[in-house]
Amino acid sequence: MRIRAVRLAVAASAALLLTVACRPVQDPGARYGKGAEGAAKAAGTPATPATPATPATPATALFPVAPPPFSDGVFPCSECHKPGDKVNRVPHAVEFHEDIVLKHDEKNRWCLDCHDAQHRDKLHLADGRLIDFTESYRLCGQCHGPTLRNWKAGEHGKRTGSWSGAKQYLLCASCHSPHSPHFKPLQPKRPPLRQEKIR
Amino acid sequence: MIDHAAAPLAIPEPPAKGHTRREALILGLFALAGAALTTGCASDKTALDEYLQKHFKDLSGDELKAVLARMEKKYSEQYGKHVSVSATPPLEGVLFGYALDLSRCIGCRRCVYGCVEENNQSRDPQTHWITVLEMDKEGGVNLQDANAYYDHETVPAPGKFYMPVACQHCENPPCVKVCPVQATWKEKDGIVVIDYNWCIGCRNCIAACPYGARRFNWGTPNIPADELNPVTEYLGNRPRQRGVVEKCSWCIQRTRKGLYPKCVEVCPVGARKFGNLLDPDSEIRYIIENKRVYILKEELNTQPKFFYYYGL
Repeated sequence: MRIRAVRLAVAASAALLLTVACRPVQDPGARYGKGAEGAAKAAGTPATPATPATPATPATALFPVAPPPFSDGVFPCSECHKPGDKVNRVPHAVEFHEDIVLKHDEKNRWCLDCHDAQHRDKLHLADGRLIDFTESYRLCGQCHGPTLRNWKAGEHGKRTGSWSGAKQYLLCASCHSPHSPHFKPLQPKRPPLRQEKIR
Repeated sequence: MIDHAAAPLAIPEPPAKGHTRREALILGLFALAGAALTTGCASDKTALDEYLQKHFKDLSGDELKAVLARMEKKYSEQYGKHVSVSATPPLEGVLFGYALDLSRCIGCRRCVYGCVEENNQSRDPQTHWITVLEMDKEGGVNLQDANAYYDHETVPAPGKFYMPVACQHCENPPCVKVCPVQATWKEKDGIVVIDYNWCIGCRNCIAACPYGARRFNWGTPNIPADELNPVTEYLGNRPRQRGVVEKCSWCIQRTRKGLYPKCVEVCPVGARKFGNLLDPDSEIRYIIENKRVYILKEELNTQPKFFYYYGL
């Protein structure tokens, strides 16, 4: 008999709870504060889908990388540097590209160690082989071998896309300016509220 | 029927008089509640369905479909735009793992806010699933002196390093063990999930988690309708209600479709790595096999699938 009484009590309290639970749902706006107002506003604004960056390299390339991050109007270099131009191959300060500050083993290196004097829109490896800007990681990897290895494995650098399928790699130069590769400090996003301030 | 062996333990019947009185009282209450139910909200089928909904794992295919449709309708009306709610099953042959390069994280908190937007965390009251801890390089990982409220002009601050902490998706999760109603559990792909409709808000899991990764909705969560991410998952980023616990789900709505979690995509220094622990060619396996890996509170035997490491 006692068990029956308990069961009845449970049923009764469940029914009571149900009636209470029903009420707020009838007016969703009230439950979510500014919800209704905000919803009306949002109805007019279409959601902007994230547009994935188009890979600069054809599908046949080994690593699908983002386009090289050229400064505005600087590429193609052959717009200004013509094939027949006289080239001073002795390392010297360059007046024109004043925005470029070389801070990357600058005592031992200069422009034409990476840029090619004959083929201005290409880079060259240490042995003289020409490569496209989209393959610049091969150039970087000549000195930074372990980093290139880790980058290929996906450990170094950022990759986006699919963990199981097509990934977008970034070029070394996408994050590290090749002329001064050290990361610049960033402004952090605001700190979380302290617990006592959350109401 | 009384079992004779158990008879000495049987509870004696209460006296007849008291018993009838109590029963009458309860019956009266029951009748009253029933009456209120039929007049008050018999028409509101949604509320009734919501109240009587089964545990997520007990839902049959058709029931689940009905539940998802009900939620889509509810959220879409609430936020004034189409909100999809799916229940993508775990992928076969996949056990998710996560790695974070402590030598690269600069503490910029891009991941914190990227996560808030992707996973529909409440803006006010504020809920963050990721906590970024700042610690002294000299002291190493010293949680008692860690600071989550640092506010510098620029980061990284000299002499400091940063350790973002969120759910570690333990293979041996203490939070799951303590849940009295099994509203949180570990899925086949290793993601520890919560059924927000089954959670009773007791917060035992919050007390049990050694990583401080779980958050309770003390107030009604608030998300501006135009900022709501309309692509949601039942066990993930669908809007939550007051009184339930939430936490990182490794962007279940993205990762089960093959995408990287949002925090991986927004990290400006590429410190965050994600992949399939069962795939020997994945970056996560490369890291575990080749780098110096650090497991937070390894001594607790929670067996996190979140691996901190030193890339440099």
